[in-house]
Amino acid sequence: MTSIFEPNGKQTACTIIEAGPCVVTQKKTVDTDGYDALQIAFGEAKVKNTTAALVNHFAKASTTPKRVVKELRNCSIDKQLGESITCEIFTEGEKVSVVGTTKGKGFQGVVKRHGFSGVGEATHGQHDRSRAPGSIGGSSYPSRVFKGMRMAGRMGTDQVKIKALRVVKIFPEKNYILISGSVPGHNGSIVLIQN
Amino acid sequence: MEAVAFIHEQLTGKKEFPKFKAGDNITVNYKIIEGNKERIQSFKGDVLKRQGTGATATFTVRKISDGVGVERLFPIFSPNIDSIILNKSGRVRRAKLFYLRERSGKSARIKEKKMLVGAGKKDKKAAK
Repeated sequence: MTSIFEPNGKQTACTIIEAGPCVVTQKKTVDTDGYDALQIAFGEAKVKNTTAALVNHFAKASTTPKRVVKELRNCSIDKQLGESITCEIFTEGEKVSVVGTTKGKGFQGVVKRHGFSGVGEATHGQHDRSRAPGSIGGSSYPSRVFKGMRMAGRMGTDQVKIKALRVVKIFPEKNYILISGSVPGHNGSIVLIQN
Repeated sequence: MEAVAFIHEQLTGKKEFPKFKAGDNITVNYKIIEGNKERIQSFKGDVLKRQGTGATATFTVRKISDGVGVERLFPIFSPNIDSIILNKSGRVRRAKLFYLRERSGKSARIKEKKMLVGAGKKDKKAAK
């Protein structure tokens, strides 16, 4: 992340994203596949790390092997097979959504995972209860724990979508864009930007 | 990291400020926008620290105003900074002068670093 000064003099925190080039590797249509979609690929991959099937798939679009392949349903971008999509489809000031996978937090308790406030007080003889979940339901009735009861467990690595983030600045020569605020995932993770 | 370096290079324009570091006494002239009027206000004090790199670097200036310590943090590449004037360069042995916060009066002074302008080694010896 970095920050940028806006024309009004205010400093805005923003995330640097390498937005493309994404190569169109397949065009799906209702006639051939039953639905409309655009398949795009991003990032360089080694040939030895790519399956032979995929190497040929990329060769059909006359491009080199790529790291990620993503299908966009009902996409309005009009590009032919083998053409690439760059950051120039975005405009400065535009609102976009960013879809990504959040950072993994491991096995976490209810206070961090669900925002519980813990049980009891720190003093008056209490101990080991400050981060406890409390009661998880009745006893003889219903004699079970309801589905979806919020408990401790694995947290993070969820797919989330952050809406209404602003494109602050575009650097077309390197395909970098600056997006206001933060986006899901660790440094270097792959996200999908929708406008 | 390559991307961060590139973006910082793009965002950080050339700024014609004097070189200053912690312990120096500087005056920062910065723009204030009131309604649709713009005027320049100055803040004079000692630099407590310089922090950060690239486009996000900042520095903190501390002064004593009416017996009350006042600190202000400025982003170096802020377009609101009109100019910076170096009044005195101080002789300090730390990069962050947080110890000044607990001090007041005589003990909060910073010794001035005295330099002989354009003096060679011989001249310096002679000066001693």
